[in-house]
Amino acid sequence: MNMHAQPQRTLAETALIDAFGERLSLLPGDGAVMVKRDDAIEAIKHGLPTRRVESWHYTDLRRLLTSVPAFEAEVVAKALDPVLDGSAVLPVLNGVSNAKLPEIEGVTVQRLSEKLTDGSVAPGLDPYGADDAIGALNTAFVADGYFVDIADGTELEKPIELQNLQSGGQAHVRLLTRVGAGAKAIIVERQAGEASEGSDALISSVSQLVLDEGAEVTWLIVQEQPDTATHLAQFKAQVGKDAKLTLFVMNAGGKLVRQEVVVRTTGEGADFKLRGINLLAGDTHTDTTMVLDHTVPHTTSTEVMRNVVTGKARGVFQGRINVHQYAQKTNAKMACNTLLLSDDGEFSTKPELEIFADDVVCGHGATVTEIDHDHLFYLMARGIDEKTARGLLVKAFVAEVIEELDDEGIVEALEARLDGWFLTHG
Amino acid sequence: MLEIKNLHARIVDDGTEIIRGLNLTVKAGEVAAIMGPNGSGKSTLSYILAGREDYEVTEGDILYNDQSILEMDPAERATAGIFLAFQYPMEIPGVATMEFLKVAMNEQRKARGEEPLKVPEFLKRVKEAAALLNMDMNMLKRPLNVGFSGGEKKRAEILQMKLLEPKLCVLDETDSGLDIDALKIVADGVNALRSPERAIVVITHYQRLLEHIVPDSVHVLYKGQVIKSGDKSLALDLETNGYAGVIGEAA
Repeated sequence: MNMHAQPQRTLAETALIDAFGERLSLLPGDGAVMVKRDDAIEAIKHGLPTRRVESWHYTDLRRLLTSVPAFEAEVVAKALDPVLDGSAVLPVLNGVSNAKLPEIEGVTVQRLSEKLTDGSVAPGLDPYGADDAIGALNTAFVADGYFVDIADGTELEKPIELQNLQSGGQAHVRLLTRVGAGAKAIIVERQAGEASEGSDALISSVSQLVLDEGAEVTWLIVQEQPDTATHLAQFKAQVGKDAKLTLFVMNAGGKLVRQEVVVRTTGEGADFKLRGINLLAGDTHTDTTMVLDHTVPHTTSTEVMRNVVTGKARGVFQGRINVHQYAQKTNAKMACNTLLLSDDGEFSTKPELEIFADDVVCGHGATVTEIDHDHLFYLMARGIDEKTARGLLVKAFVAEVIEELDDEGIVEALEARLDGWFLTHG
Repeated sequence: MLEIKNLHARIVDDGTEIIRGLNLTVKAGEVAAIMGPNGSGKSTLSYILAGREDYEVTEGDILYNDQSILEMDPAERATAGIFLAFQYPMEIPGVATMEFLKVAMNEQRKARGEEPLKVPEFLKRVKEAAALLNMDMNMLKRPLNVGFSGGEKKRAEILQMKLLEPKLCVLDETDSGLDIDALKIVADGVNALRSPERAIVVITHYQRLLEHIVPDSVHVLYKGQVIKSGDKSLALDLETNGYAGVIGEAA
């Protein structure tokens, strides 16, 4: 993944390579899967990406990943109540799929360990590019997860919640979902864990989603890792003809977090929306990196990120939109707005548009602001004390993005998560 | 209730003195109108009363119920019963109007040592006040003032004033941007709040509003000072003869 071999391996690199040797016999997979795993560990042997690799410029993984915990945790995480009431919950606890598989009409659920063993998921294990460290790490070590298939025409009455929960140690999980033609679903991807003494965690999680023609999916990533966790996640999706994908990402935890979003519009009329909020506190590093490819004509996308930075937190948003040569009439808009509440915090934004078609509408904008003093004065002039007024304004700044999801149940549930964060970090 | 003594104040940013030795007394139960040409310091006075940090008092004092308020922040002043109806109410995206009203009412109750309002009681009060001002409850589901017309914003200010039950109401150019029907509704809302325990300061450029909210006293503000005080006939005189005469007298 790096052009140049590193002169000397870091502790973390050595630990990962050693762990692979120890774990190999325990990892599920047929011959094809094992070849992918070997390729992946080879990539890691060339070194974790540094700031010299463009896509990792703001997140020097080699420097930031200082240690790698042992595999096993002392205690196993417990499943959580779902974010959305009534959801069917599919938990992965410390890397192991653990559900009694629910019976939902039109939905087939399989454990990923079985799909690795029979080799049927091998083709999807390739990293998406030379710099795909998260893909490589996950492919090397992935042991379990779920495969969810939603049949054509199925309109799910209740949401599905995929839970990836840890209590320390390492977990490498894949969540694969196909949503059939004309099907509709709300899916929550819950990434969380418990912190206890000495329970450092390293998680890699890769979600792959395919939307067939006319499918409509709202996918909510709720990341609330403890500050003992390194969370390396990837969300990859293909949005087919006339399909609509709304992806919401909330990062509200973790010590070192990188959430990659890799989306391709593959059929005319496809629409993709990314709505993201980063709630950053403490001495943490959180990176959201999106690569969006408009590959065919007449597809649309909008991306809105809102970030709140407190303490010594560092945040990153990289948003890259590639409009391919034949993708005429593409309409894409991206915005990244940051509320910087601390002198010690920072946020880096890198929007990139690469446009090879000549008849498109594309734009991006980024702002970094403080709390608006006129707004603060107005609220205080109504008797709301300064701390409460600031809290209202900060919450409003991010709540605006949530409200765009336009589903009362989802908005209420996510705003409750927001309130929870402000209670502990406000 | 309100006693402003030899007040001098300037803009913090550039040091420009706006208020230059202003004296004004308003008693409980009184409706005082403050009139004056553009740039005389009317809006600045309203902001200083509410405690906006962009202005700095360099001399003099503001007494509210015999206590100086200069050291109080805007929230403390509001909780003590001072209310400013803004000339240009802020649009605050993401803050739902109903949520804002509930927080404001309950924060003030909390500061006074009262229990928070129960939801049904809160809703009842809002509905009554909205009906009185001819406001659609659906409007209050929107973010605070966002997408409200000029008239709707002014009504929303009076709605807040009614719900918060202040003792000293300062209305800054509440008539600007209102058509005649909206003006009547707003004026009726203000008149309904007149009481022997409450003082109302109406800041306006024109006499028009004072036909509907009839003042007990009228004060002409010019270059940061009250240069003439009188009863409601002074407002009519200004309407007929303009400010020039009064300014000339004072000079």
